[in-house]
Amino acid sequence: MHELAVTESILKIVLKHAETNGAEKVLTIGLTIGELSELVGDCIQHYFDYLSKDTIAEGAKLDIERSPIIFQCNDCKNTFPVSLRDTKDFACPACGSIKFALISGREFYIKDITIS
Amino acid sequence: MADIRLIEIKEEILSDNKDLADEIRDTLRMNTVFMLNLMASPGGGKTSLIVNTIRNMKGAHRIGVIEGDIDSMVDSEKVVKEGVPAVQLKTGGFCHLDASMIKMALDEMDLKNLDLVIIENIGNLVCPAEFDTGAHKKAMILSVPEGDDKPLKYPLMFSICDVLVVNKIDYLGIADFDMEVLKERVYRLNPEIKIIEVSCKTGEGIEKWTRWLTDEIKTYLHSAAL
Repeated sequence: MHELAVTESILKIVLKHAETNGAEKVLTIGLTIGELSELVGDCIQHYFDYLSKDTIAEGAKLDIERSPIIFQCNDCKNTFPVSLRDTKDFACPACGSIKFALISGREFYIKDITIS
Repeated sequence: MADIRLIEIKEEILSDNKDLADEIRDTLRMNTVFMLNLMASPGGGKTSLIVNTIRNMKGAHRIGVIEGDIDSMVDSEKVVKEGVPAVQLKTGGFCHLDASMIKMALDEMDLKNLDLVIIENIGNLVCPAEFDTGAHKKAMILSVPEGDDKPLKYPLMFSICDVLVVNKIDYLGIADFDMEVLKERVYRLNPEIKIIEVSCKTGEGIEKWTRWLTDEIKTYLHSAAL
């Protein structure tokens, strides 16, 4: 799995912002990750605990918000959520079209951190 | 005790990788090289498709291959036998290729004398989907024996690719696989994707695939020249 590479990136970005803001300690890290991503949250926390030892982010808690899969219909512009389990058989609930674009579900960013 | 402060970041987790991938695209553009990232499950037919592609296209294009196998030289030997240069990345237990590994491989290649670089990514439908390699187009292979339910299990991979090659169509009728059902599932996740049916064994459909690739290269070279 690629959680280790992802976690290394998270730590690097968090430390950069924490240092720029003169933090003594990083308390929490808010992540926004789309439902389409197969990352395992517990696994990221586990790697993070290991990688962040002896840094100001040691002990920080990761708070992962999964953003839902949302499509926008190409025909009527209606937006609607789809659960990962239903991706085999769905149509626009408003007009029945099966042509749409994904507008949410692929997010992969660090939203914020709390520091002291 | 110090106050607790909330700092807004909104930074892409893989921004370093994305920046490096953009740098790679700049280098490729300067050398007018088109790069394709080919992904699939183990055994899906990546090496076979590459060998078929080389045989069909090497007359008109100078091709190089980056092999991302976990720990063997088997695939690159097959490619070199076809008379094109290959760089084998030994990735140990890694599950995907990222931009830094591709940059290392490209540094070993004579880009001035190439038109097309094909990346054979590591056999996996999960991790490679997350990492920009610097390629211009992303292709994936799904082979018929794997089943038509794969878009349900690996939606991200199907949603990010520009083209889906359905390989081993000589198994249709033997395997429990409904092509129409597959297409419907794929188009729901990615209405823009191009689907090409091939059999690397019989050669059926290979020409359609190489025509797609040739057209993409032509479009790219046209835009790179501007």
